[in-house]
Amino acid sequence: MAQLEVDLVDTDGTIWSGDARQVSAPASDGEIGILAGHTPVLSVLRRGEVRVIEAGGTVHRWSVEGGFLSVDGDQVTVVVDAAEAVASGTSGR
Amino acid sequence: MAGQQRIYRQRIRSTQSLKKMFRAQELIAASRIGRARDRMASASPYARAITRAVSAVATHSDVSHPLLAERDDTTRVAVLLIASDRGMAGAYSASVIRETERLIERLEGEGKEVALYISGRRAESYYRFRGRELAAVWTGQSDAPTSELAEEIASTLLEAFDADPADGGVAELHIVSTQFVNMVSQRPQVIRMLPLEVVEGVAPAGEHEALPLYDFEPDAAEVLDALLPRYVRTRIFACLLQAAASELAARQRAMHTATENAEDLIRTYTRLANQARQAEITQEISEIVSGADALAS
Repeated sequence: MAQLEVDLVDTDGTIWSGDARQVSAPASDGEIGILAGHTPVLSVLRRGEVRVIEAGGTVHRWSVEGGFLSVDGDQVTVVVDAAEAVASGTSGR
Repeated sequence: MAGQQRIYRQRIRSTQSLKKMFRAQELIAASRIGRARDRMASASPYARAITRAVSAVATHSDVSHPLLAERDDTTRVAVLLIASDRGMAGAYSASVIRETERLIERLEGEGKEVALYISGRRAESYYRFRGRELAAVWTGQSDAPTSELAEEIASTLLEAFDADPADGGVAELHIVSTQFVNMVSQRPQVIRMLPLEVVEGVAPAGEHEALPLYDFEPDAAEVLDALLPRYVRTRIFACLLQAAASELAARQRAMHTATENAEDLIRTYTRLANQARQAEITQEISEIVSGADALAS
């Protein structure tokens, strides 16, 4: 199955970058979930939780302050104002 | 004379202590510049993502936005000057200030009224001394700006751009800062930030990849609304980071030159002191000899 290339960036740099199976993010009018092959979309994000699920099933979570998300082919860029890692997985920054 | 020698020795000592200080400043700047450049590099993914998104919206929809529109209801324009907090950086602050003066002169020649926003204590004291009214001043982080500072500056300026003419609204925003070309070359630059010219941000699509047709969530206008202020903030942050790196590079170079000059001075004074000592000895000998001659005859 095709993979998404995900970049999670904030003003100070890249927070997380890698391949993933699924990305979900708090879009302005409800949770948006991205799988490979999604149509290109540019969405505003509000405060909430961004989840990235890797192919192996590892879940990374961040609570974010808002930002936006762009999907372009299988390239997903999540741009946030501030992110904090929730639970384990990565140290975030 | 003993007095002459003492003066030279004093000068040598004070120049030596100055030299130590210059040397320390040079080393501090050299150690910080790497970090400043890293921060410049790590901020670029965000800037790239924003620029790409802005150009995507701009190419795919004809939405208008207040930040894109020219304002003709006021002649006030804002100028943001990014200089340093401390001196000892050679002509760094002086050259951005000179560039600002030139810009102000040009704008005033066009019949505009300039509101000055300043980051950096050096520029602040320059304009305070000349009794110029400043719209806002930020100091304290010129060599390591945080994204919070960029946020604060951007929101102040965006508010001013958004405000009514009566409340001091401005029609344009110009930024004067220093572009970090490389370690030996930093150039003062003037950017017209607002109203935004999106053309500048539009990345040319590669030959084989057309920019995709995006869906906008919830709609194009709102996406633009969220993007543009961030875009402005990112650009301001990038300017601040470049200015910080430039400041440190300028300081390192200035302090290096100062250290070398101090060494030259020490060398000169040492020679003079030795000469004075030699002259004194010669004089004493001739005094003794002539004294002995006088007694002998």
